[in-house]
Amino acid sequence: MGSTNSTLLKIPNVEVLMQETGFSPAHIIRLHDRFKALDKEGRGHLCPQDFGAIKELAMNPIGDRIIGAFFSPGKEMVDFHTFVKILAHFRPVDKDRPKEPNSPELINSRSNKLKFAFQLYDQDKDGKISRDELLKVLRAMLGMQVTEEQLESIADRTIQEADLDRDDAISFEEFRKSLEKVNIDHKMSIRFLR
Amino acid sequence: MESYLFPFDSLICMLLGISFTVLFTLLLVFIIVPAIFGVSFGIRRLYMKSLIKLFEVSELMLSIISEEVWIIAKEPVSLEQEIQDMRRGGAEPEFDMSDIFYFCRRGVESIVDDEVTKRFTAEELESWNLLTRSNYNFHHISTRLTALWGVGVLIRYGFLLPLRVTLAFTGVGLLVVLTSIVGLFPNGRMKNYLSDKVHLMCYRICVRALTAIITYHDSENKPKNGGICVANHTSPIDVIILASDGCYAMVGQVHGGLMGVIQRAMVKACPHIWFERSEVKDRHLVAKRLSDHIADKSKLPILIFPEGTCINNTSVMMFKKGSFEIGCRVYPVAIKYDPRFGDAFWNSSKFGMVNYLLRMMSSWAIVCSVWYLPPMSRMEGEDAVQFANRVKAAIARKGGLADLLWDGGLKRGKVKEVFKEEQQKLYSKVLVGSSEDCSRS
Repeated sequence: MGSTNSTLLKIPNVEVLMQETGFSPAHIIRLHDRFKALDKEGRGHLCPQDFGAIKELAMNPIGDRIIGAFFSPGKEMVDFHTFVKILAHFRPVDKDRPKEPNSPELINSRSNKLKFAFQLYDQDKDGKISRDELLKVLRAMLGMQVTEEQLESIADRTIQEADLDRDDAISFEEFRKSLEKVNIDHKMSIRFLR
Repeated sequence: MESYLFPFDSLICMLLGISFTVLFTLLLVFIIVPAIFGVSFGIRRLYMKSLIKLFEVSELMLSIISEEVWIIAKEPVSLEQEIQDMRRGGAEPEFDMSDIFYFCRRGVESIVDDEVTKRFTAEELESWNLLTRSNYNFHHISTRLTALWGVGVLIRYGFLLPLRVTLAFTGVGLLVVLTSIVGLFPNGRMKNYLSDKVHLMCYRICVRALTAIITYHDSENKPKNGGICVANHTSPIDVIILASDGCYAMVGQVHGGLMGVIQRAMVKACPHIWFERSEVKDRHLVAKRLSDHIADKSKLPILIFPEGTCINNTSVMMFKKGSFEIGCRVYPVAIKYDPRFGDAFWNSSKFGMVNYLLRMMSSWAIVCSVWYLPPMSRMEGEDAVQFANRVKAAIARKGGLADLLWDGGLKRGKVKEVFKEEQQKLYSKVLVGSSEDCSRS
């Protein structure tokens, strides 16, 4: 316990962080180690290149969008707190945590997980996924493997199915409705062992 | 006044002289002579057993358990399966907004913990072996343990390191001198015999210089002439470990300085393959020289490390196909180091060669196991890459290492576009294959 406590003390506002995110002390420490490992130059914050150095992420078709999700618009640095808060989106939903009536919504709630996925589509953050934005995502995920016409027809079909108010874009509510039956908790959670 | 100093002076000189002589005789009798004849007194194994007892003691002292090794459960489910699962109603798979979840989750998983970065930092130990260099999770815990560590430092730096450095210089010096002498002989059986003996002897001295305790398994599969020996690569010491048990022809780039001197001397005694820097780029030239060497049955088997770079001995990475295209017998060898006694992995971005060797020589010991696997040849209809992967899997299985698809070159270079394309191809196969059915109906 001695060694774990001393590491925890080095992280500022760690109690608040644990409260907000729901990570256990052991998880916070491990995430801190990972943060330090990614922060090769020891600056105390991460920049997009540090994420880009992760090979598996560079190989991911939407890798740069995921990296973008860590940085708020205009900022080029991510500190440890922000890092942990964003990763908290991927904690599995606590089934046994009692729902307090006046508590703020948990970061890893179904709604927040959906919001995270939504922003991967909605890059200009106007609250809607336009046809153009959808096409961009499709192009990233499929690359040269399908023709432009096929991409456009897929995009058209998707918007047709999900767009309920006929404004040729998908709002967050329409997005949520179209994914009603999907087990978000399972698909957007990372299971941490121990 | 001066007359008082003289007797002390000569006394000190005498003591120094005697201790040097005694030390040198001990060295000769217990280390160099056995190395020449290839026998062992078993001193190193006794040393290893006492080290193990020491580590058990230190573990008892460590009342605090190290931080648990934290792994995230990575779903072994493939892309296709995952997308099928996500479809509601079982209709033909078409693009769904939720498809992005798969890529998103995989991306974040790799941010939290990725396979490649883990392989290029030294393996983490579960308990401490009294070397601060492997002290990742342990901070000052008890005075007794620190005292034990202090004694360890004294022994390692005060006694073992000078001893080993002396042996290393002896070994290398003898190698250069003796191979040059053997080079003066006319080509023939006598020369080959002498060259083998000289090489073996010098490598054995180097093995003792590192206090390497090696266990060879399945020696009946040792590489023979006219073949290539491939092994997984953890450090430059691999060469010494393998070459002290058999004779190989080395392959490598011509270096300057001390390495160059050693290379030039070695090649006088028996044919090794040294390439100029410019020749390395020309793959055909390389392949031709290798095949020419193999075709000559009187020449020794070639020793190659197909990973191309040093990996931290927890896994085997992609084998470069060059050596597997030649079409001769391949003798795979698996090398597994025991990290408790000293971490043999050479992190070339962190340490230079000299620094690395000093670290090696100030560790407790290098303990490893070598398995000689039965020879393999390329089968009908198998291409070089498949053959390379087959050999790699056999080596990984035998050595208890993880078999990875990743290219060791990833340590330095950027991910090739082709990997991203693979992901895109997989995903499009799931979608497009089915939308063709759609358009038909």
